[in-house]
Amino acid sequence: MPDWIYRRLGDRLFAALVVFLALGVVAAALLVALVLYQGSALAFRTFGFFGFLTSQAWDAVRGQFGAWPPLAGTLITASAALLLAFFPALAAAIYVVEYAPRWLKEPVAYLIDLLAALPSVVYGLWGLFVLVPPVRDGLERPLFTWAAVHAPALVPLLGPPTGIGLLSATLVLALMIVPYASSLARDALALVPQSQREAMFALGATRWEVVRRVVIPYARAGIFSGVVLALARALGETMAVTMLIGNAVNLPYTVFGPAATMASLIANEFTEADTDLHLSALIAVGFVLLLLSLLTNLVAGWMLRRLARGEGRR
Amino acid sequence: MSQPYRMETQNLSVYYGKHPGVRGVSLPVHDRRVTALIGPSGCGKTTFLRALNRMHDLTPGVRVEGRVLLDGEDVYAPGVDPVVVRRRVGMVFQRPTPFPTMSIFENVVAGLRLVGVRDRRVLGQAAERALRMAALWDEVKDRLHAPAVDLSGGQQQRLSIARALAVEPEVLLMDEPTSALDPISTQAIEDLLTELKNSVTIVIVTHNMQQAARVSDYTAFFLDGEMVEFDATDRLFTNPADPRTEAYITGRFG
Ligand SMILES: Nc1ncnc2c1ncn2[C@@H]1O[C@H](COP(=O)(O)OP(=O)(O)OP(=O)(O)O)[C@@H](O)[C@H]1O
Ligand SMILES: [Mg+2]
Repeated sequence: MPDWIYRRLGDRLFAALVVFLALGVVAAALLVALVLYQGSALAFRTFGFFGFLTSQAWDAVRGQFGAWPPLAGTLITASAALLLAFFPALAAAIYVVEYAPRWLKEPVAYLIDLLAALPSVVYGLWGLFVLVPPVRDGLERPLFTWAAVHAPALVPLLGPPTGIGLLSATLVLALMIVPYASSLARDALALVPQSQREAMFALGATRWEVVRRVVIPYARAGIFSGVVLALARALGETMAVTMLIGNAVNLPYTVFGPAATMASLIANEFTEADTDLHLSALIAVGFVLLLLSLLTNLVAGWMLRRLARGEGRR
Repeated sequence: MSQPYRMETQNLSVYYGKHPGVRGVSLPVHDRRVTALIGPSGCGKTTFLRALNRMHDLTPGVRVEGRVLLDGEDVYAPGVDPVVVRRRVGMVFQRPTPFPTMSIFENVVAGLRLVGVRDRRVLGQAAERALRMAALWDEVKDRLHAPAVDLSGGQQQRLSIARALAVEPEVLLMDEPTSALDPISTQAIEDLLTELKNSVTIVIVTHNMQQAARVSDYTAFFLDGEMVEFDATDRLFTNPADPRTEAYITGRFG
């Protein structure tokens, strides 16, 4: 047989395999969404979709469930962690690409990436045993004592300085997402052509001016992608947050005090949900988390396209 | 009698690792004249040019030896800030390098923003002046705030020239600035050089010997990293001293 037959046959087999696998992934994702939706049907029927979304009550004993407290917890921890992580992540990327001597680039980049490889339960333990004591004794207690004397109005906002709560969870979360934001930013910065830098240097720019006016703007789409990835990671992070946030679903949250995120709530209560409604409410929280991630991705994709438009023809 | 050279290299060598890109070049750059560098591909013209404004500092592993004098002072002397050198000695590269996230206007005034010029009227006037000099004004005056990457390749190169001119450098280094341009734009740039001579000292690399003959006052012929001959342009082209120069300008090699 002539060998083009093999080639065509191989091509077709390969194409079929690719389509099959791709459809399989899509089907699995749809199935997850479907199962989540079915599981949450009871909760949505009982409280209404928007009722469930906006209700502040989460009381297993009285059978009252609302997603607003854990939704707020997720939004607060994820956005605060992102704010904390962004500049260090970008700075690390800039250091590696623009400033570090050549022999140091690889090791530093490697160490930052390694942060992403640590299991999140390790972050949880590290947070509990290494971070929480100094945060409690060195930051929360002094601030609390100061506020009690000088600004009593702040006390209810700060909450109990136990070290376990929103602040500690956010700090660890920030550390966990640094490598995601940093490594994409690093790739984007490294892709900026040397001719762009030289053109700015030739105008009499210092290195920092080159970075600020040419390199970062040129790499902005990639930097933004890193932010989105880090945010996605922060929204869904479960283990470390569950270990550190204190898992209290009662609003209002305080800066130091215990709180809950959607992921930590599910992880924490899944084993003890003994009514159908409680279980369904937990699954519904999972469904809301899925919707939030979806929304984040859609908005990010839209913004990314807008960012990329101005530089399409380079 | 000492000649008031604007720039001068003394025994300048540039090494890429061990490999010398330029060896022992001593070349005077006359004030407010056009000096052309010619020679076959790979002979070290770009390497030499980049040594004049310390661009090699940016590439690890490149070593510069010898002296480069700007108004009699060595730009490689300890304590000299390369940023200051580059403000005085501007550069236009072989390929256009518009900043893709900036508008046409912002590209032109990028160097002025570096020195802290904020006044919109000052920036606007400087941009118009630079764009007119680079023969681009008429084509872009109605879309100054459009992205610079919307321009054609030739327009982008003239934009790069305008950007270099906007900061009013004392010396302008140009590396084959017209190699990407059509004959009309090339003509405009050559006219510009003739006009600029009144105020700016120019060193231009060109592959085009007619161009060198047309625009330059002095010409240096490079071969294999060395400077074979330097002379007033009309003399070098009509009566070269070195047989290799003659061979090159008569098209017998290169
Ligand atoms: N970054 C570099 N690393 C190593 N060698 C280099 C580098 N740049 C140039 N060279 C070498 O230095 C020599 C001179 O190169 P240069 O670019 O200065 O030539 P040129 O005269 O500008 O050539 P062309 O007319 O093709 O632009 C060549 O042998 C080249 O291979
Ligand atoms: Mg060259």
